[in-house]
Parts: sequence; structure tokens; C-alpha cells
Amino acid sequence: MSTESIAWPAPQVADRPLVDKLHEWVTTVDHKRLGILYIVYALFFLVIGGIEATVIRIQLIRPHNDFVSPQVFNRMFTMHGTTMIFFVAMPIVFGFANYLVPLMIGARDMAFPRLNAFSFWMTAFGGLLLYFSMVGANGLYGAGNAPDVGWFAYAPLTSLAFSPGHSSDYWTLSLLVSGVGSIGTAINILATIVSMRCKGMTLAKMPLLAWLNLILAVLVILAVSPLTAAQIMLMVDRYLGGHFFDTQAGGSAVLWMHFFWVFGHPEVYILVIPAFAFASEIIPVFSRKAIFGYPVMVAATVCIAFISMSVWAHHMFTVGMSSNANTFFVLSTMIIAVPTGIKIFNWLATMWGGQVDFKTPMLFCVGFLFQFLIAGLTGIMLGAAPFDWQLGNSYFVVAHFHYVIVGGILFTLFGAFYYWFPKMSGKRYNEVLGKWHFWLFVIGFHLTFDFMHIPGILGMPRRIYTYEPGRGWDIWNLIVTAGVVFQAAGVLIFVYNLIWSYLRGEDAGNDPWDAWTLEWSTSSPPPAYNFATLPAVRSRRPLWDLKHPDDPDWKYE
Amino acid sequence: MTRTEMTRTEMTREEMTRQEMTREEMREPKGIMSRAHKCGLAFFWLQAASVFAQSSHPYLSPTNIFAPASTPANSIFDLSLLVLEVTAAIFIVVFTLLVYAVVKFRKRGVDTGREPPQVYGSTELELAWTVIPILIVVTLFLAAARVIMSVQRAARPSNAIEVTVIGHQFWWEYRYPSLKVVTANELHIPVSDPVHPTPAFLTLLSADTDHSFWVPRLAGKTDLIPNHPNTMWVDPHETGLYLGQCAQYCGTQHAKMLLRVYVDSRADFDRWIQEQSQPAHTSDAASQGRHIFETTACINCHAVAGTVANGRFGPDLTHLMSRETIASGAVPNTLENLRQWIRDPGIMKPGCLMPSMQLSDQDVNALTAYLETLR
Repeated sequence: MSTESIAWPAPQVADRPLVDKLHEWVTTVDHKRLGILYIVYALFFLVIGGIEATVIRIQLIRPHNDFVSPQVFNRMFTMHGTTMIFFVAMPIVFGFANYLVPLMIGARDMAFPRLNAFSFWMTAFGGLLLYFSMVGANGLYGAGNAPDVGWFAYAPLTSLAFSPGHSSDYWTLSLLVSGVGSIGTAINILATIVSMRCKGMTLAKMPLLAWLNLILAVLVILAVSPLTAAQIMLMVDRYLGGHFFDTQAGGSAVLWMHFFWVFGHPEVYILVIPAFAFASEIIPVFSRKAIFGYPVMVAATVCIAFISMSVWAHHMFTVGMSSNANTFFVLSTMIIAVPTGIKIFNWLATMWGGQVDFKTPMLFCVGFLFQFLIAGLTGIMLGAAPFDWQLGNSYFVVAHFHYVIVGGILFTLFGAFYYWFPKMSGKRYNEVLGKWHFWLFVIGFHLTFDFMHIPGILGMPRRIYTYEPGRGWDIWNLIVTAGVVFQAAGVLIFVYNLIWSYLRGEDAGNDPWDAWTLEWSTSSPPPAYNFATLPAVRSRRPLWDLKHPDDPDWKYE
Repeated sequence: MTRTEMTRTEMTREEMTRQEMTREEMREPKGIMSRAHKCGLAFFWLQAASVFAQSSHPYLSPTNIFAPASTPANSIFDLSLLVLEVTAAIFIVVFTLLVYAVVKFRKRGVDTGREPPQVYGSTELELAWTVIPILIVVTLFLAAARVIMSVQRAARPSNAIEVTVIGHQFWWEYRYPSLKVVTANELHIPVSDPVHPTPAFLTLLSADTDHSFWVPRLAGKTDLIPNHPNTMWVDPHETGLYLGQCAQYCGTQHAKMLLRVYVDSRADFDRWIQEQSQPAHTSDAASQGRHIFETTACINCHAVAGTVANGRFGPDLTHLMSRETIASGAVPNTLENLRQWIRDPGIMKPGCLMPSMQLSDQDVNALTAYLETLR
């Protein structure tokens, strides 16, 4: 058992000029640096997307508000959705995967370091291209710039007839470019996990995070490909006289919906599986117990990935599919609740009988459990097709998927930030500020997204720049907007905490959480090649074995 | 101007809405409460549902999905109650377990340095929380499938009213093919007696981008997609005005593509059809305005039956003044609003497709006077 490692001497960078240091970051092929680049890039866009959301909420604070024009509002929700999904959530997920997967499987880097750098820069330039539309394109009526066709850009609104100028081109191209990056990273993660595990780490002994990232990588390859194909088809329509989605020449608007959602729904799981992964690492460590039902957790995730490929048309219950098709997609959608339920119960069982320590990462994971439960239940409501005929495309749906993405994914991401911050920076974060962040964000989240369900039930459709008085929506929209203040305050504290702790925090040591997976066996931050001697493992919790030689895990697995 | 028309024109939308609410208040609570007696399981959700139905503003909103007034909306409402009950039950169970775990297994006191007993799993437990959810899912699936079939496969009776709904950026065109009526933005259909139903079957088409027809109290939404005709049906059980709006993003003015469905008594409906199938009323009083209308680009987009105006890009204006609103429900149909609208539609509805014709004030007044004769 050689999980101990010798920290490599830190390279002498302190006295190098800034240009050299920047050059190193730009040309790096190190998985940890690329991971951090992904994460910083995503945090930057998180702030941009958050500002866009704030503009949307200010506009909707009361009926007939004229804070922004309809054109600007439409651009705001299009950019908010596109940014948050493609340039916040995806990069942040890849960032953590990049940073953690090689460390957790005892490898020195990803399988293809250069492809890794290429993929990051593709994603990065995709985001820049999207925002370059603000100066380089014209909107629907020539009045402005950014894309304004909604983040799922339904045909035929994207055709030249309805979207002249170049805003839709920027949207298409940015997704095409970043999609290539996503597929590259996914191939890389897959190859790394399949072929670079350390000695003794069979598939059944991988940490759950590695397992879930393996499944994630497969899903990305399967789901992003049709999206990329659809973007190419749209470009052909717009510039080469194609008629795939051109309804005025016999094309099909519904075809675009199928292409988009066959990507779009697995995408939800692409984002939520890493959330599951973080929860599956954090909850056991802070409950001081092994994960409950490891094989079932893996099996449930594989099930979710499979089923998620067959549920896409539940986004299309209102487009007039046949009753048989609707019925099929109700069944497939509801079935997915079963493996998801198993996961929630298994996390609960992991806490059961443990000594649950509510440090900030654990607080965020418990928040995730509560909120993901509710998100799943509103998902069941939306999965019952007739109920969806009412709720679909209303603010209820907006509330539901923000419950998943913010209440589920963002919460675990915050948890992951706090949990691995000591490893990445070598410093401890400030626990008091972390708790302030948590509680402010919980209050803000629930003010915004709990109350957002109600206008949906009362008939308020999404994507409207203003609404009529007398519909009973006013008060709810006011409360929803009020929640923004708390969320923004929480995020500011979070950013302050990260920066302050990085500069002034006390040293974290190698293993501040008394955790069990391989990344905690190396120094904080890890040296360039992670492990001086490649580790060998005998169980899923190699550090547990090391700390409890009298009662090691491998006896029971 | 008949008496009813006068009242209608003068009544603001809010007043009409309020009138609707009072009517609903008298009807709805009974339905909900009798259901409440039937199923005690989801007390919480039913409480919530009856709050919707009973608060002083009767049901919180004229577009509340929990105040159904037509068979499809009712079937959905019944299913939604079942789904809410089941999900509420699941929520209570899991929430309680979570709270219990969080409170009970919290780390307390000094760190003894000892780890709790390690448990790696339990086949029995995991089997239990696999099988029970499967049973729940199958139940909900069957219930949903039944409603899908009952709504989507409903037979079309021979006395059904046929209406073709065409979505445009950013207004609604309604054509009654067998009744030879064309109108815009305000749909009229007859009330349907549950014993002898006269449902309205809507054929949904689009002239440009995707739209969605959503009047929550009458039925769920169905999209209007170019090259992809859809159908839906409603059979409103009570007369009145039902509101809704476009529910699929269709461009700049998606927000002001409002829906107004007038459910009339059979006699009122027949009278309305009779009036609407007449050609335009002609009078010499407004001949100057008519001249302006027929010699500018107005007629490229608008039709007035019985005149040279036969454009189809914009709303049919033959009986413009019989409508209570203009700009697809955005503002009441008053002379002042009409005047302002003609002068520059972009002020009331920035991004709408009707251009400002750059007319002089005098011409605008004359044109408005002409439109005012289109009853």
C-alpha cells in the first residue's frame, strides 16, 4: 500500500514576470490547471448570467413595467439560458471532472492532455463568440445585437425570414464550437477512467465520483452529437439553401424540437450526475460512514443515463403528438423517478446512524437533498402529460428546472467548492462566511423559486416581457424578485470568501476532512504530476484502510 | 348600437374579469370540497387548492388552472389532484425521514475520535425502495394514460362548432369555415350543455412561427406550428369571458398576444354569427376615411368584406367595432386607442408588424371615423 507520496518541490514561479506566468496558464496541458481554468471561466459567466437574470426579474417586478424594452428582455432570457447551460454549468462540470478524476483514480494526468487543452479553448472561444454577438450581430428587427430566439431556439423563429441579421448565427456557431469542446473532453474523461486507473482499482473499486463521471462522459458523447448536427443543419438552412427546418418550404419545425430535446433532456442529467457525484463523496465523509449501497448507486446512475435517452419528448407534450407517443413518454419519464428515488434513499441511509457534521459542504448537500426531492416531485407532476398541458411552458416549469439546476446542481457545486477548495488552494476557507453564504442563499433560493411555481399555476407563461394586471400574478412576481437580493448577497460572500481565503487563509494540510479517497493522500495543492509514486488500492476507500489497518474496507467489499 | 354592445364597449377588462370571478366563486368551492371529503390523504394540497378557489379574490386569477370550466380542463384537474396527493404523500414521508436523520444523527459534543459503525448496504431495504416507487409510478402512469386517451381521442359530435385558429406574429385569426365568418383576437363559441354537448373543435395552424393556444380554464395548451396542423377541443359549461395568452415564444411581442374566449349562450352566439357573416356596414358619413383606407397600404394586410380591402396578413376589420379590444387584447377598443394605434402601433406594441403609415392627424381622425363605422 503506497498511497503516501512525496510532494514535489513547487516550481520557482514567484520571481517570474507576470507575462511568463500567464503564458504558462495559456499553454498549460496540466489537468489541474485546465480544471481551474474551466472553473474560473464558468464563475465569470455565472456572474454575467446572474446579471441577466437580475435584469429579467427587475422587469417583471410589476405588470406593465418598462425597465427594458421587449427586444432587450428577449435577448436577456435567451442569453441567460444559453450562458447558464453552455458556459456555466457545462464548463464547471468539466472543470471539476478534469481536476478530480485523475487525482481520484491515482493517475498523473488525463489520457490526452493536449486534447484537454484544445477542448477547454474551444469551449472558451464558444462563450466569447456568443458574447461577441453583442457588437457583431443584429437582432430580430435590426435594432440590436444579441440572440433573441430563446435558449432552445425553436424553428422557424431561427430562419432567415424571422431572424435576419447575424444574432442567430452567433448563437449557432458558439454552440457548435463549444459542442466540439464538450465532446473532446467527454472522450478524454472516458479514456482516462477506462485506461488510467491505478493498480488495484478495478471498476468496482472506483470512487463513485469516477463512476458517475464515466457515465457522464458517455451521455455527453451521445447527447451533444445530435445538438451539433442540428446546428450544422441550421447553418445549412440559413446559408446554403437547405430546408430542414424551413417551414415555408416544407421543412419541419418539429424536427428541430426532436433534435434539440434529444440533446436537451440528457443534458439535464449531464448536469445533475456530477451533482450526484459530489453528494456521493461529501455526504459519506461528513457522516463518517461508507456510502450506502455502492453497487446500487452505480446501477441506478447507469439506469438514469439509459432512460434519460428515451424521455426527450416530454418537453413536447403540447406539440400535438399522438396519444400513443404521449403515453410512451409519460411512462419513460416517470420510470426515471425510480432510480432517482433509490439514490435519494441511499444518501439518506448513508447519513442514518452516522455522526453528521454540518460543515459548509455538508450543509449544501443537505439543502440539495431537500430541494432535489421537491424538484423530483414537481417533475412527476410535469411528467403526467395532461398536467403538463397546463403547466408546460408556464412559470411552473421555469420554477421546476431552476429547482433542479439551482436547488440541486448549484447547491452541490457550492458544496464541492468548499469541500475541495483546501485541496485546490492549500488553504482553509472561512467557515463562518461559508455558513452565511449557505443561509442567505437558502433564503434567497426559496423566496425566488418556491413562489415562482404559483404564477405558473395561475396561468403565467414564460418568456413574456410584461404581463397584464388583474391576473393575480403581481405579488408572486414581487416576492420572486425580492429573493434575488439574498442570492446575490450569498454569492458575493462566496466569492469574497474564496479570494480572502486564498490570500489569507490558514494552511489546510493534505487531508483537512479526514477523508478517504486518493486526492487527499497527496499534498495541497497537488504537485504537477500528482503522485510521486503511483498509488495502489485494495478497496473503494484506500485512506480508510490506511487509517484503520485493524478494520480495512477490503474485508467487506 | 344595441344595449348589450354598449355595455360591453364601456366595460373595462378588469370589470369583466371581476364579474367572471363572482360567477366562479359561486360554483367552484362545492366541487373542490366534495372531492376533499372523498380523499383525506392529501389534506395539505387540498387545503392549498381550496384556498385558490375560495379566497376573497375568488380563485386568485382569471387564468387559474385549478378553476376548470370545461371537460378537458376538468379531466386534467382531477388527474392533477391525484398527482398532488401522491407527491404530497411522498414528500411528507421523505421529508420526515430527512429531518429525523438531520436532527438525530447530528454530531454532538466532543469528538471521541471513533467512527460510527460502517454499514455498506442492505439488499432488503434497497429492494423496498425500488419496488414501492415502481408501484406508485405504474399507478400514476395509468391515471395519466386514461386522461390522455379521454382528451385526445374524444369523438367529434356532428353538432360540434368548427373553428380554424391561425396564429400570427402577434395576433390570432379565427375562421368559422362552415359559418362563413372570419374574425380576429376574440373567439366566440357557444356554451355547451353537459347533457347535450356542443363542443368547439379548434384546428390550430400557424402563419409564421410557433405559437400556443392556452386558455387555462378551458383546456391545456396546444401548439400552433407551421406545417403541422393540430386540433384541440373545449366545451365550456358556463357563459362568460375566458382569458389566456400565447404560451410559446413567438418573437418580440409574444407577451401581448392575448387570448379572449367569449362563451355565449346559444342564442347570443347565433346572433353574433348572424352579425359577423354580414358584409361591412357602409355609410357615407365616413367616406373620406374609407378613401384613405382603400388608397393606402392598409388594404395590403387588412380585409373589410364587401370592399376592395382583402389583405390577409393582418386582422380582418369587417366588424372591428364589435370587438372589445385591439392589438390582440393589449388595449380596450376605444376611439382614442384606435387613433393612437393607427398613428404609431409601435408605441403600444413595440416590435409588432404593423407599420406607422405616417398619416397626418387629419387623416388619422378620418380613418378612425371610418373604422368606427365597421360594426
